[in-house]
Amino acid sequence: MSALAQGETVTPQRQAAAADAGKAAHRRLTRWIWAGRAILAVAVVGGWQWFTEEGWVDKFFFGQPSEIWNSLVKLFTEGTAFGTIWENLWVTMQEAILGFLLGTLVGVVLGILLGSNKYLSAVVGPYIRIVNSIPRIVLGSIFIVAFGLGVFPKVLLAAVLVFFVVFFNAFQGVREVDQNLVANVRVLGATPVQVAIHVTIPSAMTWIIASLHTAFGFAIIGALVAEVLGAQQGVGLIISQAQGTFDPNTVFACMVIIAVITLGAEYLISLLEHSVLKWRPPNRSESQAI
Amino acid sequence: MSKESTDKGVAANVAIDARSTERPHAMGATHQHRPPGETGANAGIGISGLTKRYLTPKGETFTAITDVTLSVEPGQFCSIVGPTGCGKSTTLAQVSGLERPSEGSVRVGGHTVEGVTKGVSYMFQADALFPWKSVLNNVMMGPVLLGTPKREATLLARDWLRRVGLAGFEDRYPHQLSGGMRKRVAMAAALINNPRILLMDEPFGALDVQTKAIMQNELLTLWEELRPSVLFITHDLDEAVALSDRVVVMTSSPGTVKDVFDIDLPRPRGDVQQIRHEERFLELQGRIWESLKDEVTRAYARTAGEAA
Ligand SMILES: Nc1ncnc2c1ncn2[C@@H]1O[C@H](COP(=O)(O)OP(=O)(O)OP(=O)(O)O)[C@@H](O)[C@H]1O
Ligand SMILES: [Mg+2]
Repeated sequence: MSALAQGETVTPQRQAAAADAGKAAHRRLTRWIWAGRAILAVAVVGGWQWFTEEGWVDKFFFGQPSEIWNSLVKLFTEGTAFGTIWENLWVTMQEAILGFLLGTLVGVVLGILLGSNKYLSAVVGPYIRIVNSIPRIVLGSIFIVAFGLGVFPKVLLAAVLVFFVVFFNAFQGVREVDQNLVANVRVLGATPVQVAIHVTIPSAMTWIIASLHTAFGFAIIGALVAEVLGAQQGVGLIISQAQGTFDPNTVFACMVIIAVITLGAEYLISLLEHSVLKWRPPNRSESQAI
Repeated sequence: MSKESTDKGVAANVAIDARSTERPHAMGATHQHRPPGETGANAGIGISGLTKRYLTPKGETFTAITDVTLSVEPGQFCSIVGPTGCGKSTTLAQVSGLERPSEGSVRVGGHTVEGVTKGVSYMFQADALFPWKSVLNNVMMGPVLLGTPKREATLLARDWLRRVGLAGFEDRYPHQLSGGMRKRVAMAAALINNPRILLMDEPFGALDVQTKAIMQNELLTLWEELRPSVLFITHDLDEAVALSDRVVVMTSSPGTVKDVFDIDLPRPRGDVQQIRHEERFLELQGRIWESLKDEVTRAYARTAGEAA
């Protein structure tokens, strides 16, 4: 390319050739990356299978990939003691999604409110920090004692976990709003509500959406843990049941199912991120991210 | 689009003139939407005894400006020059109503400013476009916040983007524009509400010389058409003299008015590139620099002393 800059005539052919070469190099790199990924997966899973097969690692405690696969098949064909896997999955997802929505909603609203009101944030701030520092998983026990074995306590625990992630991000996002933009919109005659709509919320959105990735993971954790603590249905119950019967393979199978779902949710959140934040200049670390 | 080729300054000026011939038509359209100002007439600015003190983080008070008194006649173009940190932006913030003066008062069109006033537009020193809004939506903000129906606001914004030479860039986001283009968008956004008062804080400070000249000509044409009263901050004395009816020199911090120069160059000024070679221009510019020089040295000595 430097030769082009030195005033030589740039023919369209040469440009096209350069572009083709670049594309080919990129394709080669992509192929190598995928090859590396495949090798890594084969090494880990194959190694696991081999070690347990040879008896160097006890498959009674650590499971075995082939057995995990069998458990998966069994979960989907024969179902569980608490109904089909789909029913259980649906219950868990329902809890996680409801908890996610509830926690996000409350987190965003409170975060924006406290972020834009100095007095409120000064009053409530220390308490939120205190609550944040206690191990919130323990709240699950309290919720189950208080609300029984139904769906509601699970939703609540998921929501609590989600809330703090989203809240702190929304709060910080509001704090980071460019005061020039606030001044600009105020000069144009905006009311406080209009300032929030046109400046504060769009500006905090970057932070909020970034937090949603982590938040969905927390929602799943909340739902599962609450189910392990006590439930009538759900993936968490299957896990705790498998634990009781010394069946690590089913536990791993459940983990695989949950991982697939979380990856799917992650993908949806990325789509949302792209459509809501399409105004953002592409940043370098993102465009090079894997 | 061709307007971005800044090295063709002359060609761009011709383009501006060509556009000005079709103005009467566009003007009619604008005024249907919004008669000039809310009170019907252009308003002047009267600043008297204006003092602003800030509370520093350490809890001390810091006097940014003290006893600033100046007036801008209706429809007049007034520039403020002064050393950096002397309180020019502070003065403008008080006029806009975004901040409250510690002492003294600002009157706009005969009414004391208490809070944000209708009919005042402000072009900020820092880039203040909304990064999440497209160029069109940025320009539309003014009318939309005044309650203009969306369709009408869109038409108006398109018209203004055409006037500042950005037709075709409606759907871009600010980060996809050059610095000069962003300034044009800000100018369209400031003028779209047909303000009685236009406050501009170093609007062309960060631009290259050629783009700056184009923008100055553009501003003059638009100003002559709408005739708002302008308070214009700049560090560029050429710019101040070429554009203004009056130039106010401020002292070093805490700022106050040192001198006021009336610029009697005839209007319309024409090309700002040409006018700066005229004898009267050079004379005025020299006198203003005489007045400003001491303040700049003093301000510099002070900050340098503080740093040591
Ligand atoms: N909110 C604030 N709190 C405390 N001090 C402030 C505040 N705003 C401005 N100042 C101080 O007031 C003084 C004047 O600031 P101002 O921004 O008006 O200067 P300026 O004349 O516009 O300078 P420049 O030409 O560099 O833009 C500066 O010393 C600045 O530190
Ligand atoms: Mg300033």
